[in-house]
Amino acid sequence: MMSETTMPPAVSVHTGEAAKKRMKKRHNAEKRLRAYGIIAISLAALALVALLYNVFARAVSVRTEHYITVAADISKDENDFLKVVKTAAREAFPFASGRTQKREVYGLFSDGAADDMRDAAEAGTLEAGSGIQRRFLLSDSVDLYLRGVFGTLEEREPEGALTLSEDGKTVLLQSTAADFNDALGLVKAGLAQQSERLRREAERQSAGIETLTARLPSLEGPELDDTKAQIEGFKAKRAQLSGQADALDATIMAQGGERLKLTNRMPSFFVRSNDGILKLTEVSSTTALGKPLIPLSGTAAGAWSLLSLDRPEIGRPVKDFQVALVEDLRAKDRIEEVTNWRFFTSSDSTQPEIAGIYGALIGSMWTMLVTFSLAFPIGVMAAIYLEEFAPRNRWTDFIEVNINNLAAVPSIVFGLLGLAVFLHFFGVPRSSPLAGGLVLALMTLPTIIIASRASIRAVPPSIRSAALGLGASKVQTTFHHVLPLAMPGILTGTIIGMAQALGETAPLLMIGMVAFITAVPEGITDSATVLPVQVFNWANASERAFDMRTAAAIAVLLGFLVVMNMIAIILRKRFERRW
Amino acid sequence: MTESSSPLPHAKFRCRGVNVHYGMAQAIKDNDIDIYDKSVTSFIGPSGCGKSTFLRCLNRMNDTIDICRVTGDIRLDGVDIYDTEIDPVQLRARVGMVFQKPNPFPKSIFDNVAYGPRIHGLASNRADLDALVESSLRSAGLWDEVKDRLSSAGTGLSGGQQQRLCIARAIATQPEVLLMDEPCSALDPIATEIVEELITNLGETYCVVIVTHSMQQANRISERTAFFHLGELVEYETTHDIFNTPKDERTIGYVSGRFG
Repeated sequence: MMSETTMPPAVSVHTGEAAKKRMKKRHNAEKRLRAYGIIAISLAALALVALLYNVFARAVSVRTEHYITVAADISKDENDFLKVVKTAAREAFPFASGRTQKREVYGLFSDGAADDMRDAAEAGTLEAGSGIQRRFLLSDSVDLYLRGVFGTLEEREPEGALTLSEDGKTVLLQSTAADFNDALGLVKAGLAQQSERLRREAERQSAGIETLTARLPSLEGPELDDTKAQIEGFKAKRAQLSGQADALDATIMAQGGERLKLTNRMPSFFVRSNDGILKLTEVSSTTALGKPLIPLSGTAAGAWSLLSLDRPEIGRPVKDFQVALVEDLRAKDRIEEVTNWRFFTSSDSTQPEIAGIYGALIGSMWTMLVTFSLAFPIGVMAAIYLEEFAPRNRWTDFIEVNINNLAAVPSIVFGLLGLAVFLHFFGVPRSSPLAGGLVLALMTLPTIIIASRASIRAVPPSIRSAALGLGASKVQTTFHHVLPLAMPGILTGTIIGMAQALGETAPLLMIGMVAFITAVPEGITDSATVLPVQVFNWANASERAFDMRTAAAIAVLLGFLVVMNMIAIILRKRFERRW
Repeated sequence: MTESSSPLPHAKFRCRGVNVHYGMAQAIKDNDIDIYDKSVTSFIGPSGCGKSTFLRCLNRMNDTIDICRVTGDIRLDGVDIYDTEIDPVQLRARVGMVFQKPNPFPKSIFDNVAYGPRIHGLASNRADLDALVESSLRSAGLWDEVKDRLSSAGTGLSGGQQQRLCIARAIATQPEVLLMDEPCSALDPIATEIVEELITNLGETYCVVIVTHSMQQANRISERTAFFHLGELVEYETTHDIFNTPKDERTIGYVSGRFG
């Protein structure tokens, strides 16, 4: 029997149907795993893009600042530049009347305008003389208004022809078409809202009446009388509220061309005509009452346009008068948008428009310098000793455990330690880069030691044997061969540690680096602030204009980080060799 | 020592009662051996027999292992190398070593060879150093292959070239003894042949001690062979005698291929 040759080849465990199924399952599992990986990396990339977009989209606004050009007199030995600015403001807008308007005129100008002139005077570049057109920095709120933060100003060509007639302090406007319908509609919508609110209030009174009425049967004596009186009170209030609502509704429904009042809770409307700007205070569909903010040159009929600003006056720091001034200047090309170098050359300030990042940047640089020059050599030396020279015993184990634990200590604890030890015991100057650098060095040390030890351990023992076999001493072996080979890893650990230190805020708050400091630190013992703390301070500031500066400061912090990492990567590349 | 015809060679190393312990385990048991100058001596034996450990006693490389303890008397030219007066660093300059796996430094070929002379201050100027590097590379038979690329990485050479570079590096320190720990085990047969020829040549000027797994290699290149087994020096004779007229039962078994 030649059974062996005649039998069909046996189905192997690796070729049968079941095997194919197993194979398919395995392939599917692999595909799934790859898909998970792609999803994970996409999510991470998305988060990064969102973060960067969020920061940079807001930060780009910092790239420009706004200036106003007006005439100003400066005598040769002027020193009160605040007064110069005030005088210039007053003379540029002589029609501003009353304290409020005058204050609003001054409010257009930044305090930085006077500083700029003082700087120019000190540099000897300030041109003295009267009637010279000069540029002044605009205040933060005007700057924000010009960026459209406080609503969008729309200018519209009206359909009808306008007739103006002065009526005391106000001007009566009459259009041949229903040009004021938009404004009227808004007023009516506002009134309707008000009426609705009144009716809701009335309903609440009804609910109160009902509850009290339900309680009546269970009461007696003086309590009963009190409740009854209360109910009467509610009823009276309800009647009053309903009456007010009815009156409002009637006003809204009236077709008689009655003018309705615009309040500061409604969008603002302006009319530009005869070189002036009027603010509308009352409107019907074809007529309006206007208050001249920029004086008109006359009442002749002519070209006119309607302006509207959707944000109500009460909801913005830039008032209607200022809006009128700015729009008038803008039309006359006296407002300029120029590149903002100030942000990179000045230090912190309470005025956002003149606040800059330079002081914090230099503070960060000094702090990082102190941190690096302490943490790097100490960390690397500790790692070398522990890895290459120390005997393995209970003591070195104990030290190792403690170093690993230190890496996990919350950073604020290091701040407390710095406060107690460096500031109080050793008397290191508060808020100084020296104090900050010391604390951050403590925080960074464990990271550098752990990374350096791992990196030193990863150097092949054959290299050590080769050097020792040639008669190199332990120290020579370590410094000629082990350390250069471990350097890329050590630098990677250092980057991680330094990056962590650069972005650290909490421990620095403890040692006073959160203080408001406008001077650029000139050394490691001067008071200073650092980038993350600056971000923290600006993020907490109430002025809107600090928003974009916060974002820009974050961008600068990220830039600093990138530069620092690039230096480390370049250094690492120089050390990186294969063996 | 009963050699009759040839004059008695000078015993470079004289070892008596050498014991090595790794913690509690004994790796070398009471060995006596004389290693002669200007000749090649082979250590053979099965894996774990202690031949490498013993080799590393000769330049005190075992010092670098914390748990390793060496006792007994090892004299180099009559001086006890485990004496407290002796600096192991200086000893290793006299007793060079080549390792099993080629381990050039991740530096240029020139710097690899020049490293020893530099740390020991053997060359007073650049010209001296150049000459020393050249002569070392020539002795290792590598000069013609690398003379045009001395500044390229030593790690970029082939395995056989790397091992010869390591030999050149060891020679450049101008040692008296060369210890080789299985120098050919990571090389292909052609590279092995070149290195073996080199070792034979080196045997004419240095005291060369080589640990090898290959009995053929021991047979080809060495004048004397020591057979180690379980930490014990079983037999130490001329290579010819070990392979042709072994006396000990264990040696007979090993060289005839019955175990090991």
